[in-house]
Amino acid sequence: MQKCGLFYTSYAAEDALFPSRFQKGCLALFFAALLACPLALDAYAISVLNLILIAVIGAVSLNLLTGMCGQMSLGHGAFVGVGAYGAAVLSNMGLPFFAALLGGGLLAAMVGMFFGIPSLRLKGIYLAISTLAAQLILEYVFLHWSGFTGGANGLPVEPPQIFGYSFDSDASIFYLILGVTTLSVLAVSNVARCRSGRAFVAIRDYHQSAENVGVNLFTFKLQAFGFSSFLAGIAGGLWAHYTMYITPEQFSISLSVSYLAMIIIGGMGSVLGSIFGAIFITLLPEALNLITTGLAGIAPDMSALIIPMKEGVFGLMLVLFLIFEPEGLARKWRLTKAYWKLYPFAY
Amino acid sequence: MEYYLQLIINGLVVGSIYSLVALGFVIIFKATKVVNFAQGEMVMVGAYVCFALTVQFQLPFLLSFLMTLAFSVLLALAVERMVLRPLIGEPIISVIMVTIGLSSMLKAFVQMCWGTQIQVFPPILPQDPFVLMGLPIAPVYVAAFCLSLLLFGIFSLFFKYSSLGIAMRATAFDQQAAQSMGIGIKSIFALSWCIAAVVSSIGGIILGNINGINAQLGHLGLKVFPAVILGGLDSLLGAALGGLIIGVLENLCEGVVKDLFGLGGFREVASFIVLVIILMVKPYGLFGTKEIERV
Repeated sequence: MQKCGLFYTSYAAEDALFPSRFQKGCLALFFAALLACPLALDAYAISVLNLILIAVIGAVSLNLLTGMCGQMSLGHGAFVGVGAYGAAVLSNMGLPFFAALLGGGLLAAMVGMFFGIPSLRLKGIYLAISTLAAQLILEYVFLHWSGFTGGANGLPVEPPQIFGYSFDSDASIFYLILGVTTLSVLAVSNVARCRSGRAFVAIRDYHQSAENVGVNLFTFKLQAFGFSSFLAGIAGGLWAHYTMYITPEQFSISLSVSYLAMIIIGGMGSVLGSIFGAIFITLLPEALNLITTGLAGIAPDMSALIIPMKEGVFGLMLVLFLIFEPEGLARKWRLTKAYWKLYPFAY
Repeated sequence: MEYYLQLIINGLVVGSIYSLVALGFVIIFKATKVVNFAQGEMVMVGAYVCFALTVQFQLPFLLSFLMTLAFSVLLALAVERMVLRPLIGEPIISVIMVTIGLSSMLKAFVQMCWGTQIQVFPPILPQDPFVLMGLPIAPVYVAAFCLSLLLFGIFSLFFKYSSLGIAMRATAFDQQAAQSMGIGIKSIFALSWCIAAVVSSIGGIILGNINGINAQLGHLGLKVFPAVILGGLDSLLGAALGGLIIGVLENLCEGVVKDLFGLGGFREVASFIVLVIILMVKPYGLFGTKEIERV
């Protein structure tokens, strides 16, 4: 007799990341397709893909902090920046790539935990405002500590080198970024289903009952800040090595806002949602570019409008999603899956 | 010494505009518990609309001033009805993000209509400076300061004596009790957005007369946070004093840091460093309600 659906016989099976063989198969196919991308796509498409992958790390890490632990951060862009500058300086000092990447991540984790300390006392808007302060203060440091960061002139970074092999093309660095992104996403998914992850969700849902059942708020909030900014720092380190040139403007408040937009449009507290959100927000300006170049023949003076239009469409998307689909693309994905699972007999 | 006195006066003028914007922020927060990240963009839109009416359509200043106020009331009503009302009862991060989305849209609107370069208002007040204690002060500074004081006076009276103001305070205090006493909460919400938009537009127009306007004016909205946190998030008096203190403080810090370390642009962060310190020490500010749950 064939079983229909998923029936768990142990807690371990229920807790597994990929519970069914079908899911594993789909994932394997997806990865095979991803690995084949550089063969099929042109350099520009791969560069967009690289940006998406880096954004996925940032969004997933912010989702751990904001979506799962409920601590809103408006300073995530600056933490990414700390990681980027840390990794860049370390690798310019001659450290190997992975050591520099980890160093940047750890530096970001320390900075993130320092600015996370107010979260122990503050909630909601107060925390949002204090992380906003962190963002602006860090931006100032990036701009004015020119001995370390190069100030407004920016800081050049060499492409990553591992055992003498230089990842200097979009296609080769794609595999490197894909590897780090996969590891980060797996790490967040695993943290989400372990003791810490459950503690984070408990804190988000109601901090007092979490404390009552024995969750140490101090430790776990700080853990969430530390781990989330560590991954943000990793994203920053990859970014620095990929773009090979970093300036303070790249890590401005609009970066923080776009990470928040990713997790809201994708779906709060969902790893898959952060991936969707990262794809959506990174592709949005590209899609607008396509549309405006398409319209250039009809209305040639569009080019001056394109930058404000990107910002406007971004804001509009954010507002529309919050009003009409507050649980984001992750919910849409669930609904679509359920629809096709029951396809001909939906009722 | 004279340099520092000048800094203090500049700080008071800028601070009085911060106070106006903070007043709008506090009114919205008090009545609706919405943290409005688009306050700075409301300032910017007001300034640009007034600019367009006076310069591009050649209307007399007073008329365009009034039309700008009417426009901002309409804008606030639309925003409250279409964007904020569907989100009543949603988690705080959604509300914050929706106002951030709104600020992006307003900024895009201004940039599409007027571009990004700086625009200058025609001079409305005489240019010859007053001389106060040996220091020259531009008349527009005095006007800005007085106008802010006047508005604060009007609003304190409004909240203290008018029945609408009392209804707004009741809503801020306890929405359910207010509703059961027959106060229309929805219209109070709309009204608080209107007041905030009008006050912000006035701030924007004053600022446009002092510095000219550009698309970066919206960053002013961020300065509101140190001011309101210092004053207490739900206190009108706090907003007034907080704005003035932050204005003076950031100008003084800029001067001191420039003298001592030769670092420019410290103005941008001084107020936020103060903000972090206040949040660590006294998060409910000078006059705020002490209702924060300590963890």
